[in-house]
Amino acid sequence: MKLRNLLFAAAVFAVPVIPMSDAVAADKFVFTAIPDQDESALRKRFDKVAKYLSSTLSMKVEYVPVKSYAAAVTAFRNNQVQLAWFGGLSGVRARGLVKGSTAIAQGKADPNFETYFIANAGTGLTTSKEFPKQIAGKTFTFGSKGSTSGRLMPEYHIRKYFKKTPQEVFSRVGFSGNHSRTVALVQSGAYEVGATNFKVWKKGIKNGTIDPKKVRVIWKTPGYPDYNWSIRGDVDKTYGAGFIKKVQSALLSMKDPDLLSSFPREAFIPADNSDYAPIKDTAKELGLID
Amino acid sequence: MILRRESSPLGRATSGFLLIAFVCLIFADIAISTGDPWHEFGLLLTGIVTPDFYQTDSLALAIAYTLAFALLGVAFANVIGFGLALIFHYRIVRVGCAFIRAIHELFWALIFLQMFGLSPLTGVLAITIPYAGIIAKVYAEILEEADQRPLSALPVGAGRASTFLFVRLPDAWAHFRTYSMYRLECGLRSSAVLGFIGLPTLGFHLETAFKEGLYSEVSALLILFYLIIATMRVWMKKPLLPVYLIGAAAILPWGVAFSWAHIGRFLTEDIIPYPIRAGGDNMMASLGDWVSMLMVDQIWPGTIATVQLTMIALVATGFLTMAFFPLISPLLLGRVARTGGHVFLVVVRSTPEYILAFVLLNLWGPSMLPAIVALSLHNAAIIGHLIGRFTETLQLRLDAVRGVNRYFYEVVPRIYRPMLALLFYRWEIIMRETAILGILGIATLGFYVDSAFADLRFDRALFLILITAMLNICVDAISRTIRNRLRLQTTLEER
Repeated sequence: MKLRNLLFAAAVFAVPVIPMSDAVAADKFVFTAIPDQDESALRKRFDKVAKYLSSTLSMKVEYVPVKSYAAAVTAFRNNQVQLAWFGGLSGVRARGLVKGSTAIAQGKADPNFETYFIANAGTGLTTSKEFPKQIAGKTFTFGSKGSTSGRLMPEYHIRKYFKKTPQEVFSRVGFSGNHSRTVALVQSGAYEVGATNFKVWKKGIKNGTIDPKKVRVIWKTPGYPDYNWSIRGDVDKTYGAGFIKKVQSALLSMKDPDLLSSFPREAFIPADNSDYAPIKDTAKELGLID
Repeated sequence: MILRRESSPLGRATSGFLLIAFVCLIFADIAISTGDPWHEFGLLLTGIVTPDFYQTDSLALAIAYTLAFALLGVAFANVIGFGLALIFHYRIVRVGCAFIRAIHELFWALIFLQMFGLSPLTGVLAITIPYAGIIAKVYAEILEEADQRPLSALPVGAGRASTFLFVRLPDAWAHFRTYSMYRLECGLRSSAVLGFIGLPTLGFHLETAFKEGLYSEVSALLILFYLIIATMRVWMKKPLLPVYLIGAAAILPWGVAFSWAHIGRFLTEDIIPYPIRAGGDNMMASLGDWVSMLMVDQIWPGTIATVQLTMIALVATGFLTMAFFPLISPLLLGRVARTGGHVFLVVVRSTPEYILAFVLLNLWGPSMLPAIVALSLHNAAIIGHLIGRFTETLQLRLDAVRGVNRYFYEVVPRIYRPMLALLFYRWEIIMRETAILGILGIATLGFYVDSAFADLRFDRALFLILITAMLNICVDAISRTIRNRLRLQTTLEER
């Protein structure tokens, strides 16, 4: 009996599985963002951005949440999203995989982004201008494996100073997953030292989610280019000529502080692919891209 | 005079495994590295007793998707697995099934994500494929071990098809049904866990809630999950099955673009080792470098950690089983205490080990300890349940000793053999899980697989997954050899 039912059911849903075409519906524009912080609030943060873009571009714009940096890149590559708010490294990876795609905007802070090395107060480490060499032998957490400010740049500086891999420098190395979690883990003492995105740090201090008595900044990296809005090159063909320009100007004219706080940025400024050459070189040097 | 007894094969096997696990434990990193683990534990407990069902966005949809992926995945796996069971005597089928079930459903999902994106096909296939491999094996064994007496009563000249349909199948059918219910329970667990890598099931929200320390939300999600599993026997009725399947197929968003180009690209470009793709004059040399780099930096340390964790977890499971089975054994406990024992074992075994490890990692920090505890708790709850039920069939003498002496001298000697059989049966399953715990940051092979996916290096990911699968197949073979040597048998109900 069951077999017959199963076969019947199989026949029923074989219908929707029939391959659909690769073409993207021209009436819907979809974007995503790397899940770099406050993952439980992703929808709350980006649905309002979708609403803004929707009214500015006068078309249906949707936000799709993803669970990882790699998933954001894959969605962009497979044209499940046409626009994405990437980090420096994920942007380089994504644009490397999609011919003709370009970075069109970045936050005002992004050309000169910083990573903060933070330490639990229990370590006794304090702020210094020099690279904090006392972190050797401590436990250390990065953010996501694919993060620029939480992985690439801190690893670059650690290797440059110690001439060793992080695994050799620290007694334990972890990947927290995102920036707000890195702060939480160092604050709770789960890790003694960590590296986080300075924007997330400042937001946490302002909101009071960070307790400065328990965790403090011990070093700030020199500036580097980071986050960017990247768009697929084929959107002009799908949504009409000049579409890239339209999206760019919509992003650049985003002025509502409530919207901008989702990122969190003060404003958006233009960007192009060459801005991120230093990130590409660093990633190659560390062996994170082939 | 001291009588020297010949050591039994069973005793030798036991001490051998104890020794291996002990050596592994010496070299294992089992430190608790969090500054204040009990503070976080306090927060977790507070959250558990104050569940909040209204925090999660689109919770109903997450539950529906969890059910839909599980139902469709297991249904397809049943059909395919049944088909494969009929031709299981071909070596190629046996090897193929061993291979597809050696790869964990999360790895399958990570692979399909590249080909189909976040589409229902990814979730359904990730469950269907490994489950078909498992089901084929179990169904083949059921058919093989079915009652042979009806066969000998057949008249001469009975056709093969009718022999199968009317003689062999009816006997095996009941077993198939019981087993597919168990598989559906596993499927629900797998489906939930697929959310951890981005499919929109309960795990999607569970992972976020855990990460952000929203323990009241965690509690609500886990309660719903237990409810679904605990009530399965109530809602899973045969006449309703087609309704469920059609419903499941209907709610999933199949409209996601499906592209042969993406699949082709993945199969013909992405997974080709980088040096081959890059080409050049000394392609072979750079391919050699690529392989040896992976071997030295990732495969070797990853394999050691995987084997180490597996062996410790296996023996720890044995110890915990000895503590767990009395909780539901009528030989050792009264009715009231046994009810408590049943509830405890159900909760522990329904919690996917992945989630258990995730909780413990948050509490204790990233060492092997959370993984060992999670794996052994989960598996011991399963084996403990089966052994506890087995003791219901044991008849002790009316004047048998009581208390601790009864446990050690009457019960343990009777259950030791079946317990070892089950333990060795789950050896391979434990190893498959250790690999997947790598995604949580424990440096098993799975850690390197996850890193390769995070770096979008699918060539490396696939190579590492193949190595992981080989390792699983080896352990499966060793386990089978040991079980044959020791003449340990598992019955159909125990698989």
